[in-house]
Amino acid sequence: MPHLHDAKIKELELIANKLRQHVIEMVAEAKSGHQGGPLGMADVFAVLYFHILHHDPKNPEWEERDRLILSNGHICPVRYAAMAEAGYFPIKELMTLRKFSSRLQGHPERMRLPGTETTSGPLGSGLGQAVGLAYAARMDKKDWRTYCLTSDGEHEAGLHWEAVLFAGKNKLDNLVCVVDRNHIQIDGDTEQIMPLEPLREKYEAFNWHVIECNGNDIRDVALAFDTAKTIHEKPICIIAHTIPGRGVSYMENNYLWHSQPFKPGQAEQAIEELRVIEQKLKAEHQI
Amino acid sequence: MSALAHHLIEDLFDPNLPQKPTRDGYGLGIVDAAKLDPRVVVLCADLTESTRNLDFKNQFPDRFVQMGVHEQLLAALGAGMALAGKIPFITSYAMFCPGRAWEQVRTNICLNNVNVKIIGSHAGVSVGPDGATHQAIEDIAITRVIPNMTVIAPCDMIEARKATIAISKMIGPCYVRFAREKSPVFTTKKTPFEIGKAEIFREGKDVAIIACGPLLYNALKAAEELMKDGMDVMVINSHTIKPLDEKTILQAAKKCGAIVTVEEHQIAGGLGGAIAEYLAKTYPTPIEFIGVQNRFGESGSPQELIEHFGMGVESIKKAVKKVLRRK
Repeated sequence: MPHLHDAKIKELELIANKLRQHVIEMVAEAKSGHQGGPLGMADVFAVLYFHILHHDPKNPEWEERDRLILSNGHICPVRYAAMAEAGYFPIKELMTLRKFSSRLQGHPERMRLPGTETTSGPLGSGLGQAVGLAYAARMDKKDWRTYCLTSDGEHEAGLHWEAVLFAGKNKLDNLVCVVDRNHIQIDGDTEQIMPLEPLREKYEAFNWHVIECNGNDIRDVALAFDTAKTIHEKPICIIAHTIPGRGVSYMENNYLWHSQPFKPGQAEQAIEELRVIEQKLKAEHQI
Repeated sequence: MSALAHHLIEDLFDPNLPQKPTRDGYGLGIVDAAKLDPRVVVLCADLTESTRNLDFKNQFPDRFVQMGVHEQLLAALGAGMALAGKIPFITSYAMFCPGRAWEQVRTNICLNNVNVKIIGSHAGVSVGPDGATHQAIEDIAITRVIPNMTVIAPCDMIEARKATIAISKMIGPCYVRFAREKSPVFTTKKTPFEIGKAEIFREGKDVAIIACGPLLYNALKAAEELMKDGMDVMVINSHTIKPLDEKTILQAAKKCGAIVTVEEHQIAGGLGGAIAEYLAKTYPTPIEFIGVQNRFGESGSPQELIEHFGMGVESIKKAVKKVLRRK
């Protein structure tokens, strides 16, 4: 397994911080959209786009690329930010999020923005499509892998478990499902709305290999994805324990920030807090 | 000279005409399509035999995917395989796919605009004894309303086979409805079939019957019997409900000035609705609608149910006479 050296870790931490700043700016500019999930998943996106995925931002249809399906499409601001930073499109386009004629729709659309892989947002339907991709890849003996990012809330949808059952039966070891385990959904705490625990045991009972990680620790996230590549004969579920709203003091762990418009000054405060973290990271790493 | 199209079977009204269900045509067509294109795969939701996938499964076991009773996954997973370059035929009873899987059909398949073929067997009340739960009579409405979708209802086993091959060659989402019950096989190898192109099966000038699916045979019978009463009735096979062959329909409306639509489906939202929507804005024409009238089906023999729900030959004849009076 490749060892992630410290320089790479700090590079990814700074990228994640950058993604968070983009998310705040985009949602503030759009005057609507989601903040909690995107901030919580920024570290996972930094690791995926800048360490794990085989992809070519200049050739998004490259046939041998890994496929990244974002099932919980509502956290797309962080995906768009990661794509822009990776070079799929100009960073200034991020400010068109949710606006008329933008390629950056409120929920991602494949036909509008190359590289999004599929149209998503209706909860519970991403893993089914990811399973279809992984199954087809295996039929054709392709090496590319399929990654599917899901929210914990969407695990309440029956369709998701149809896909879990199918992938377990078919031992799709070229498939990784990441669960953003942040414990929030629109109406509150996931364990109050509809308890999911024991989640690890549920996946294991469906014949999946489960890896848990701290989804806000770059080293831990990278280790989880690297370990996933060594698993055979089972699909892999990475339960990423994350803090929704990560990096912004008033948002962290507050379910109301799943999505709500900023009040005056809030976006500026969020950016300020993220810049403090950025400076601290740079100082620590003497950049 | 006969008003009937020359390419139809001879002795069209022979009571001993061979009878086969349209789903059999799918079963033959899918094997043909698979031989023509290695990208064709079949996804099956625990209904291998009754959706007529058995021959495909035996001949192409590596391209057959058993889904279990997972109709929503059937549509979502089909979309995923299409994204990877396959041509998935997702197969179930029409009630369950597109019925149960509608949102996945709409978003994962049609908004995504991926090359998935939806095969809905057991459409219509002619499913018979299974009753209303299994009789899809809303499937045309819920598919034709979705952008990017093509919707086809073949009239007999031979046309069903042609339609299956044709959709494997076109790029984009399609829905094709098939029937469980056997019905007369009255087209031939020579009968033209082109997606989006309606065919005039019988020339006439007084009223045009525009039909899809196996009820087309009832329409032809009605037209033949009405000829004895001095009425000259055109019969059109509008197998493709979307995109509608507007040119042929407009010509028929102009020539005949009155239309009867025939389909084994709710009147709301079906072929008749599509024709009415089109003619209302281009050439308003009196129309009578043969189909199920805002009711659910029930158990019974296929023939009993067709008669009970007003889709038999006599009902069609009555509708023709009624629309003639409105001209």
